[in-house]
Amino acid sequence: MTAPMIELRQISKRFVWRLDLASRLANLLGAGIRERAVHAVNHVDLGIAEGEVVGLVGESGCGKSTLGRIVAGIMDASEGEIRFRGKALSAMTEEEHRDYKLAVQMIFQDPYASLNPRMRVEDIIGEAPVAHGLIRRSEMGEYVEKLMQQVGLDPRYRRRYPHQFSGGQRQRIGVARALAVQPRFIVCDEAVAALDVSIQAQVLNLFMDLREQLGLTYLFISHNLAVVEHISDRVVIMYLGRVVESAPTEELFAAPNHPYTKALLAEAPKLVAERRDYTPIKGEIPSPLDPPTGCHFHPRCPFAMARCKTEAPPLREIAPGRMSACHLNEMATV
Amino acid sequence: MTIPTLQVEDLETHFPTRDGIVRAVDGVSFDVAEGEILGLVGESGSGKSITGFSILGLIDPPGRIAGGRVLFKGEDITSASPERMRSLRGSRIAMIFQDPMMTLNPVLRVDTQMIETVQAHEKVSEAAARARAVETLKAVGIAAPEERLLAYPHQLSGGMRQRIAIATALLHSPDLIIADEPTTALDVTIQGQILYEMRKLCRDTGTALIWITHDLSVVAGLADRIMVMYAGKIVETGPVATVIERPQHPYTRGLIGSVPGVLPRGKRLFQIPGMTPAPLNLPPGCRFKTRCSRADTLCDTLPELVELHPNHSVRCHHPHDARPLTPTESAA
Amino acid sequence: MSDAALPAAPAKTESPLKRIWQEFAESRLALLGLAMLVIFLIAAVFAPFLVPQNPYDLANLDILDARLPPGEISGTGLTFLLGSDGQGRDMLSAMLYGLRISLFVGVTAVALALAIGALAGLLAAYVGGRVETVIMRIVDIQLSFPAILVALILLAVLGNGVDKVIIALVAVQWAYFARAARGAALVERNKEYVEAARCLGLSRTRLLLRHLLPNCMPPLIVIATVDIARSITLEATLSFLGLGVPVTEPSLGMLIANGFDYLLSGVYWISLFPGVLLTLVIIAINLVGDQLRDVLNPRLKR
Repeated sequence: MTAPMIELRQISKRFVWRLDLASRLANLLGAGIRERAVHAVNHVDLGIAEGEVVGLVGESGCGKSTLGRIVAGIMDASEGEIRFRGKALSAMTEEEHRDYKLAVQMIFQDPYASLNPRMRVEDIIGEAPVAHGLIRRSEMGEYVEKLMQQVGLDPRYRRRYPHQFSGGQRQRIGVARALAVQPRFIVCDEAVAALDVSIQAQVLNLFMDLREQLGLTYLFISHNLAVVEHISDRVVIMYLGRVVESAPTEELFAAPNHPYTKALLAEAPKLVAERRDYTPIKGEIPSPLDPPTGCHFHPRCPFAMARCKTEAPPLREIAPGRMSACHLNEMATV
Repeated sequence: MTIPTLQVEDLETHFPTRDGIVRAVDGVSFDVAEGEILGLVGESGSGKSITGFSILGLIDPPGRIAGGRVLFKGEDITSASPERMRSLRGSRIAMIFQDPMMTLNPVLRVDTQMIETVQAHEKVSEAAARARAVETLKAVGIAAPEERLLAYPHQLSGGMRQRIAIATALLHSPDLIIADEPTTALDVTIQGQILYEMRKLCRDTGTALIWITHDLSVVAGLADRIMVMYAGKIVETGPVATVIERPQHPYTRGLIGSVPGVLPRGKRLFQIPGMTPAPLNLPPGCRFKTRCSRADTLCDTLPELVELHPNHSVRCHHPHDARPLTPTESAA
Repeated sequence: MSDAALPAAPAKTESPLKRIWQEFAESRLALLGLAMLVIFLIAAVFAPFLVPQNPYDLANLDILDARLPPGEISGTGLTFLLGSDGQGRDMLSAMLYGLRISLFVGVTAVALALAIGALAGLLAAYVGGRVETVIMRIVDIQLSFPAILVALILLAVLGNGVDKVIIALVAVQWAYFARAARGAALVERNKEYVEAARCLGLSRTRLLLRHLLPNCMPPLIVIATVDIARSITLEATLSFLGLGVPVTEPSLGMLIANGFDYLLSGVYWISLFPGVLLTLVIIAINLVGDQLRDVLNPRLKR
């Protein structure tokens, strides 16, 4: 079995609000103000094989966007190790590190904020490859034209500004910008969430075509289960910073194991004209600042036991290729 | 047969711009009966949100309602005085926005705002207003409502804020609620809860609901009837089951085909070629013809909205017959 | 797979600048202000060709011509359209030359203050940590002193002269720009296009200058227009108090000051006309600045 292309080992990310001077003084006088920390990502293990499309699903506060940024190199992990093609990031030379950064690119959610409004499209796409010496300045025009065609944009418009394009077209510009540095791996962070349904279809098809043409690997972050089901080979579910389930797509959707996954699948709106008369799951998503003890899902879980409150279930393999973090799995007889 | 709660006749809303007049809503007519849930579906530029705002008279100049009528329980409110509109808004017709912070004031506590809303339309004591606020919060499924009342909006999660915005809309038991993409920004599990509460509410109180969204899947499970808008006009309308299972308009078919989950996994999704035409540059005749595979010279004249099947109308010269959509076909 | 057909878009690329101009031109008052400014600028730049007399050439001046009311003719046959001042200078000439100095000082001081302040603020916002703390505390200290006081102290130390005045004005103004730039940069640096630039491995310098700076400019430009008016007024005040520009090359402020002594004896023209000109210049700048502020404000939906 070849090593995965990207491997995350025990990645954690904590955001800490350090006490300022005033609070520290207050504490000296006995105020008892605590430092607040959010465990946005909590000891996550994840491996992505070359050519795979991994869907990362979760709701607010689950940490999927943070994890995506850590993989893309925009954010540093507080703990844990990332390995690219078997080599740990910490052990890389500066040049290898730079190659890693270029090999992993990201496509963002907001088509309006993700492009520099004061740069022409040509410069947005062509800036990085020229800056890194992949192409010469004189070749930039032609290079950009080819990229624009590849993502379905009319190359005649390369001297325009982002505000002259629609949302779907701006996402394509973002894709072209990512492709310009010849990446091997793309993190899509809710890349189609802000688009209309018909435009979403166009952009998703573009992703699938590019995967075939260029042999790309994807980490597809989304809260939209239908989209994830359609495009992913494997799906990973996160809840409040932890991975709770991971399985090949068909198996996950046919037979979800973790209670949260079951709830998510039941609640996802489906395009069928039947009335939904079920009881939705109760309770709010807890704040990441103050997560429940033990298994984070226990306050909302219909199957919660006493153990769930005190002990966080580890992520364990319940079938070949399937992982789940739930105490119920241990109770089930084989 | 009671008068429909809302009747919209040939509504036209125009926005003059530097480059010409944008006809955001161009001749839209529909009714909403008591207790009915209407799903108004469309994408960016379809005019669905503007329709909602026009009904409530919330179009700011230079935009204006350029034609048609809006009748609320038989009363023509298109040319109603600002005082009359103000007395209707919030008490008989309520609106829920996508961003709950458009309803909630960030510097006031929730109870202050809700009590204020109650007392704006009725002379009741503060205690009575507070009791009503608690009742309404319970009705939208908020646990521990007395505690929630004491909070400021920023202390609450997005889902909770939206629920409070919805509760605020319900304080006077309105006859009509217009909801503009209220759950688009919310998580799936929270959305599920809110949809469930809304359905229960409409059933129990007979409130009519117009749910504006671009997400077909949401209206599929919620609405009684669907109305699809494109470039300012209604292109298809009918009971939700027939429109989703047997769509007639090529645009509706295309939309349904674009939604992942209808076609098998991994296959290319059906995509409607091209883009919505710019509002200042609408083609003459059928507005969808530039993107339609069935278009021909007949489509240079604007088709009328025709009722081909009971309650199911479509605006197209070449509608699909009433065949259901099979998994392998798209909008061929 | 070309879904690229753009709806009929303008044939030429529509740069942000063109859009700003179009929206700016929607206000008649702003256009009026701009027209006034253009006239003043032309008058200032071409002053040597427009005026009947060079007011700084002491050889031209005759003390016997002093304090002549408007319309009087000098000993050399020159008509003093707006009268003459205490040293026999033609008021019109002195005003145009004075305008020159005022505008030059105002614009240069603001340009330098903007450059220094913007870089400091951007650096503070992007680098954060100790650097930010140090820079912003310096800004705070700077801003807690009244502008006049700082300028007076500096000029007392540096002496008189146009360049010294500019230095003093820059020292007083840069802090506003730094604070505004930092505020704008704090917002921009969290935006996704900055994240994208980091993801693409672009250098920090490039990020600051090519991505952050252009997008932080709008609030800075707004402050700059207001500041030019403020600088001109400040310079006028300093000249009025006797510091700043030399007596032989008076700015508008100094002219006003010179005429102060004579005001009560009925010799009004030495203070009045420069005062009126100064007021008109400030109004014009404010008209332009107001409209620019509205145009550049992203929250005002247009």
